[in-house]
Amino acid sequence: MLFLHFYCENKSFSRSRKYTNTGRSRCFLAMDTIHACFKEKIGEVLLPGDVFSFRLSESGDGSIKTEKIICGPGLRRNGEEVQVCKSGILRHKQPNMYWIDSQQRRYVPAKGESVIGIVTAKSGDIFKVDVGGSEQASLSYLAFEGATKRNRPNVQVGDLVYGQFTIANKDMEPELVCIDSCGRANGMGVFGADGLLFKVSLGLVRRLLAPQSEIIKDLEKIFPFELVVGMNGRVWVKAKTVQQTLIVTNLLETCENMTSQQRQTLFKRVAEGFL
Amino acid sequence: MVRSKNNDAYMSATRGLCMRSMMELDQSCSNLREYGSEQSLLSKPDGSSTFVQGDTSILAGVYGPAEVKVSKEIYDRATVEVLIQPKMGLPGVRERAREQCVRETCEAALLLTLHPRSSVTVILQLIHDDGSLLSCCLNAACMALMDAGLPMSHLFCSVTCAISKEGQIITDPTALQEKESRALLTFAIDSVECNVLMSSTTGSFSVQELQQCIAISQKASEQIFQFYRDSVKRRYSKIK
Repeated sequence: MLFLHFYCENKSFSRSRKYTNTGRSRCFLAMDTIHACFKEKIGEVLLPGDVFSFRLSESGDGSIKTEKIICGPGLRRNGEEVQVCKSGILRHKQPNMYWIDSQQRRYVPAKGESVIGIVTAKSGDIFKVDVGGSEQASLSYLAFEGATKRNRPNVQVGDLVYGQFTIANKDMEPELVCIDSCGRANGMGVFGADGLLFKVSLGLVRRLLAPQSEIIKDLEKIFPFELVVGMNGRVWVKAKTVQQTLIVTNLLETCENMTSQQRQTLFKRVAEGFL
Repeated sequence: MVRSKNNDAYMSATRGLCMRSMMELDQSCSNLREYGSEQSLLSKPDGSSTFVQGDTSILAGVYGPAEVKVSKEIYDRATVEVLIQPKMGLPGVRERAREQCVRETCEAALLLTLHPRSSVTVILQLIHDDGSLLSCCLNAACMALMDAGLPMSHLFCSVTCAISKEGQIITDPTALQEKESRALLTFAIDSVECNVLMSSTTGSFSVQELQQCIAISQKASEQIFQFYRDSVKRRYSKIK
């Protein structure tokens, strides 16, 4: 899952705006040239302030063809224009999704994303969890599998939790849960008895979580290890010995700025040196 | 971290560095000194950059959107804090005045309503001052904000003009030229429509001279925006 949050501002436009389950918003803009405007710039580096403006095409018979465009992170709608608000590369996914792929270190909570949090406080019915954003998230003690009022989960201050955001917008305090919609844990909850937690940039995390991640495939060949990746840039690693854990940590931190060839040669060297 | 003035130390492609030599424009005397910049050089801040204009050098670090003290939080927008650290001693009134200029410009460019009740902190460390200090601070701040990935509606850059006693307009003056000038004008220009976002002036000058300086600054800002674009392109060229 490459990206899960969308900004799409709708300013008193006559078109309708619809929110789907994942919290995306779509703008319905009428033009033939909309895809053409974007397509020229796919793969190019854009800066804040770059504008894609569209004009309503006056067709002879009076009918307007509507096309849906989904604007992802980094693109904002401003009336009849789409403005770029972050610097990065314009990416495209069929059929009509466009977003700016930017390198960032600071995480902004978004609904539906799975993150690693550190429990900082226990107060009454909720835990306060640090997720690396501008505010601490709250996690109810009932949001664990099999938790009831009498059967409280065993969570202490300082524990690592892997959870999903149910509420995460700019106006409210973010809320985490460690169960899915069916009430099962599905891998979420408290973890990390041993192992090492460290921080990487958000771009690397997205590359690790991509369906056919090359970095993960290359890493698997060296030695077995457990890996938990949170969308907030936090990664937890555990291998058989402390030395192996540190090797994996160093490899992940350094492979961010490398091309795939450099990465593969480095991993090969480490695998040979280790064996 | 202070960089030496060797060319090879600057040419580091992994960090998106670009250098431009002196450029001349048409008949107007808008000569900018050699300028260069580097992004993402510090590991702790969310965004960082250095900006060098001639011998003036500034290091900028940005943290945000981060937690904010309840006394400083604004309910519908982010709080922007700017700190300028001089080379020696504690920040004084002069730094406070510059901080206000930088803060107002950043507030105009950033989309603060996307992060209410959070803070954006810009820290500028003066490394060497050889004239055009406020311009260099603003340029470094803009590059650091871009590096941090904060949402901005447009970019900004800054140009300083000095009017000498004979009435000649010099852009990007050195410390010596600033001392001998009768007026010093600094403008922050935005990238979309080349409007003036902020102006800070000292000394006496006529209305015509002001308008001339604004025109020269707007012309010179085009070079700087092109430089921003090239730097960021270079930085992302490895990721592709």
